[in-house]
Amino acid sequence: MTLSRPLVSWLFVSPLVLVLIPFFVLPILVVLVASVFETDGFGGLIPTFTLANYAEVLTSALTFNLYFETIKFTVLTWFFTLILGFFVAYFLAFHVRNPLLAIGLFLLCTVPFWTSNIIRMISWIPLLGKEGLINSALLRVGLIREPLGFLLYSSFAVVVAYVHQLTIFMIVPIFNSMARIDKRVVEAAFDVGASRFDILRLIIVPLCKSGIALGSIFVVSIVMGDFFVTKVMSGGGSASVVGAFYEDIGVLQYPSAAASAVLLTVILMVAVSLILRTVDIRKEIAR
Amino acid sequence: MSAAMTSSEIRSKHRAIAPSRGGRPWTFYALAALFTFYVVALYGPMICIYILSFQDVRGGLVFPMKGLSLHWFIDLFTQVRTGDVKGAFDRSIKLAILVTIITVVVSFMAALAFRRRFPGDNIVFSLMIGSLVAPGLVLGIGVGLLFNALGIETSWYGSALGAQLSWTLPFGVLVMFAVMSRFNPAWEEAARDLGATAWQRIWLVMLPVLAPGLVAVALFGFTLSYDEFARTLQTAGPQNTLPLEIWSMTLNVTSPSLYALGTVTTIISFLIIAAALGTIAWIQRRRGARAGMR
Repeated sequence: MTLSRPLVSWLFVSPLVLVLIPFFVLPILVVLVASVFETDGFGGLIPTFTLANYAEVLTSALTFNLYFETIKFTVLTWFFTLILGFFVAYFLAFHVRNPLLAIGLFLLCTVPFWTSNIIRMISWIPLLGKEGLINSALLRVGLIREPLGFLLYSSFAVVVAYVHQLTIFMIVPIFNSMARIDKRVVEAAFDVGASRFDILRLIIVPLCKSGIALGSIFVVSIVMGDFFVTKVMSGGGSASVVGAFYEDIGVLQYPSAAASAVLLTVILMVAVSLILRTVDIRKEIAR
Repeated sequence: MSAAMTSSEIRSKHRAIAPSRGGRPWTFYALAALFTFYVVALYGPMICIYILSFQDVRGGLVFPMKGLSLHWFIDLFTQVRTGDVKGAFDRSIKLAILVTIITVVVSFMAALAFRRRFPGDNIVFSLMIGSLVAPGLVLGIGVGLLFNALGIETSWYGSALGAQLSWTLPFGVLVMFAVMSRFNPAWEEAARDLGATAWQRIWLVMLPVLAPGLVAVALFGFTLSYDEFARTLQTAGPQNTLPLEIWSMTLNVTSPSLYALGTVTTIISFLIIAAALGTIAWIQRRRGARAGMR
């Protein structure tokens, strides 16, 4: 071989770069450019530089509400997926004694990840609706007299659907981190009299940091970039940043939609890089 | 991701956090209850719609079941009002196969490159993470506008293919990282010492050893593409893929046809998962049998 090592590496990575440039870098640049153009009001773009789109987006109360709603759902979903995902992984890693059973149960959790998200979301309708299973069961038992309205087409339903879809993104990386923890460390702590809570707080959580970070990146970026779950499960009651962006595109308001999209992307990238600063993902995965 | 864990990691699991002798601590029962709740909540709703899709013509969107028939499945593929479901299936599967092949090859090559540091590797890695977390719809619109500006028609086999790859490739490379970390470099060194060329080392040593991991990457590629929605929405052009078809149905079809479509697409997903897991098990067993012969 006469080729130098860096050249060989670049040769191997070039197909990836050749996809990322036209389908990630350029599209984002196009959106960035569109965000500083003027609109002719009919879907056309006038190539004169303006920051009016940003001024409009940043000063409207609507933007504030959209971001508030989106961040609310992001934080709620992140919180519940983290708690649920952490303890499910903890159960599989530390409480199931038979290793084969642990793998089996782990696969059981991952199978729905490979099925359609949209179908999994709409599958809550026959359960949560006014005439759904939960309401009719509660009525029959006599716990309630009127069907509960907040179960479907509400913020509650949005969070349920997100947690249902995304908990797996927490379970897999956290379980992976937990599986690498040396059990002798835990036993040693146990032997010198550490309580179960201390072991959790001082050993397990710090050693799972990379798994938690990786899971958080997935959950935060998916919820912030999604509009479909909010649209369907809130029944139109809640909007999201990307939802508003989609509506803007529908009425050909490209520049203001683009400005809002750039703002969202910047916020998302800042959030992700903050999470990435706490842990070197590349090293962690390849370890 | 399931490929990321191997049996060797789980082996020491019987020495659990709670002393393995004697009874279980109370936390076991509490967490077992939580786990059961999670699995029931995970599968329960899906099972509900599969059951509801088998109602007869009087069927509605909620329980109780009204009759038992395949009416809504036939309705799904014959009615005009539900759109071109058959064509959408066809396109989605073709697209998913294309995405799978490209994802496996490109992720494998990229993971080979990332085994060593090279100038600019952090830039490529950051681009990849950026592509993974960028809001799908924004990226889709960007691709749409770009194609528009260049005067190229958007289509499922062009712009949508690229937009989906911008999401499946980072995923595939991350999974490959985890797979590669289990590859012992000593095997490659041994092959080099025995005089294998670079291509022989890849073809005869790495590929066979990493085969189960590559099947896992293929599973990711196929299912992420087959269910992809946000990036495809603005890039698929005039002909819909299946998730787009389901989406338009959720907005204007209020009959169990929707559930029937859910059942059909889930059956396909399950077949793919079973095929992938079966292939992995087959490779492992063949390997075990060979090792036993010696």
